[in-house]
Amino acid sequence: MLRFVARRLVWMVITLAAISFVTFVVIKLPPGDYTTTVIANAEARGQDIPDSQIAELKRHYGLDKPFIVQYLTWIKGVVLHGDLGQSFAWNQSVASLIGNRVLLSMVLSIASLLFVWAIAFPIGIYSALRQYSGGDYLASFLGFIGMAVPEFMLALVMMYIGFRYFGQSVGGLFSPEYADAAWNLGKLLDLISHLWVPIVVVGVAGTAGLIRITRANLLDELHKPYVATARAKGLPEWKLLLKYPVRMSLSPFFSTVGWLLPGLISGETIVSVVMSLPTSGPLLLGAVKSQDMYLVGSFVLILSTLTVIGTMLSDLALAWWDPRIRTRFQKG
Amino acid sequence: MQPLLEVRELRTHFELGDGVVKAVDGVSLSVPRGRTLAVVGESGCGKSVTARSILRLVEKPARIVGGEILLYDDAPDTKPLDLLAAKDKRLRQVRWADIAMVFQEPMASLSLVHTIGDQIIEAVRLHENVGKQEARDRAIEMLDRVGIPDPKRRVDSYPFQLSGGMRQRAMIAMALSCRPRLLIADEPTTALDVTTQAQILDLLQDLQQEFGMAIMLITHDLGVAAQVADEVAVMYLGEVVEQGPASAVLSHPKHPYTQALVRSVPRLGQRGQDRLVAVRGTVPPPYERPTGCRFHPRCDSFMAGKCDVTVPVRVRSDEIDVACLLYGEEADR
Repeated sequence: MLRFVARRLVWMVITLAAISFVTFVVIKLPPGDYTTTVIANAEARGQDIPDSQIAELKRHYGLDKPFIVQYLTWIKGVVLHGDLGQSFAWNQSVASLIGNRVLLSMVLSIASLLFVWAIAFPIGIYSALRQYSGGDYLASFLGFIGMAVPEFMLALVMMYIGFRYFGQSVGGLFSPEYADAAWNLGKLLDLISHLWVPIVVVGVAGTAGLIRITRANLLDELHKPYVATARAKGLPEWKLLLKYPVRMSLSPFFSTVGWLLPGLISGETIVSVVMSLPTSGPLLLGAVKSQDMYLVGSFVLILSTLTVIGTMLSDLALAWWDPRIRTRFQKG
Repeated sequence: MQPLLEVRELRTHFELGDGVVKAVDGVSLSVPRGRTLAVVGESGCGKSVTARSILRLVEKPARIVGGEILLYDDAPDTKPLDLLAAKDKRLRQVRWADIAMVFQEPMASLSLVHTIGDQIIEAVRLHENVGKQEARDRAIEMLDRVGIPDPKRRVDSYPFQLSGGMRQRAMIAMALSCRPRLLIADEPTTALDVTTQAQILDLLQDLQQEFGMAIMLITHDLGVAAQVADEVAVMYLGEVVEQGPASAVLSHPKHPYTQALVRSVPRLGQRGQDRLVAVRGTVPPPYERPTGCRFHPRCDSFMAGKCDVTVPVRVRSDEIDVACLLYGEEADR
């Protein structure tokens, strides 16, 4: 088991190195760089920036150096000092820029995730056990609607409802009076009272999908011979269903749970834009548009790190859950 | 002597979109105490559905639509329990404690994510008021009894860590863990190779001697039936056409279908020029049951105007109960 984890860690480092490099290449691919954005903005205001000043900017940001040097300088900072570099557009260090937003993104996403699980698993299990019943059809119907309605649409509708009927200050995660306040109990409660709308919006599509997956997985297991064995043993119906087929049906779920991790900090971008939530998604979107390369690179690097960590965690979770996988790990 | 289990006019139908398939349609048979009844017949004749109907394990779209399944008590002259009419709770008490089952595919019929011990202990503790440790000891004892080496270690193994034969042994250990009075074995050796098959059959016979339980063995293999059965019931198209002592049924079969089946079994030392005779014709399609005797379209002794009109009732001829118009008063007239 330890050997397995160690081997995976080595591969993770190699994978991340490759990803960071490719990311850098991709950011560099479009013609121009951040100075192009600066010039365009200046021209839009009717100003003209002299060439000498542009050269000065390029030198200041290191954009005049060869590509490979820029990459190595950045990655050296990341690895040796945990320094993600400077954001050109915000003129701040990337770390300070992202920190708070990543935290809020994770709060929102984890809360949505728990919401999704709490709703989707019981409904999916019920749907499979009572296949073709009225409840199953209702769950399927609502599920398909949930998957089909775009999130931004749902966000707008929820904001309308929240504003019209509950008189809430919609948009954002905080009421105006708390937005810049330091953390205290009032601010926390305010956050919770705002959080439910984005949670529902972000969670609905995931809930719908997970209901379908849970239902299909369980239907596959429900008529296997081992279920008949359990029934022949005289176990009460609900007990045997939960112990045997439901448990089996969750294995595929564990093998994909790791992919949720990167979604935790980037999944709700569109919703965040619509509802103007101070999370990380809109920031990334803006950074990509203005070729703010260290900011984008750091984002992608963080997302990639979370992806590989998530994959590994889900492998470990699956091993914990399913002895067939576990015994294979133990051998090699 | 009073039988242990009596199935009367059992009917289990599959209610499908385009019609009703009468998989089991009037099965009557009895399982003698402490002995082995082999239920034989071609694929699709309803043997397995009959076996599953006994513990009411059939699932949609199958449904038990009629009949009685009577489980007799050990004490004579007590009223038998009709399993088809029993309440769910009472039925669950009968399951495993009185009647246990072994299925065809040991890999599929054990849960792969629970240890063998866990699955046996669960059965023991469900039916008997014993502690965890005691149930575990029982599991180890049973694994040892069915010939699984190193049972103390194997009790914590998962089914996929065992070979096919060992898995079936574990399944048998689980089935016998509550000392049932009847073990229903549904094609228990079909998925195994011939050597393992013989070992498992021997084991079943040994265990029967030791525990004194009755065995109802579902098989399509007349050789298997001949090896272990005391009684044989022959099924064709959802009904029992013949039941009697194994020696009589297999050496002097009464029903033309059984006769054809017995002829179709290759024998060691059979002369090369004798061609193996298969049962003539094919099983009719599921929605078209023949009128009169269901076997008449394939029967060598078909009597026109009789077999295709009259449904034969069961009569006793020598020691054998047979449903055929060649026998009984009908035939003498």
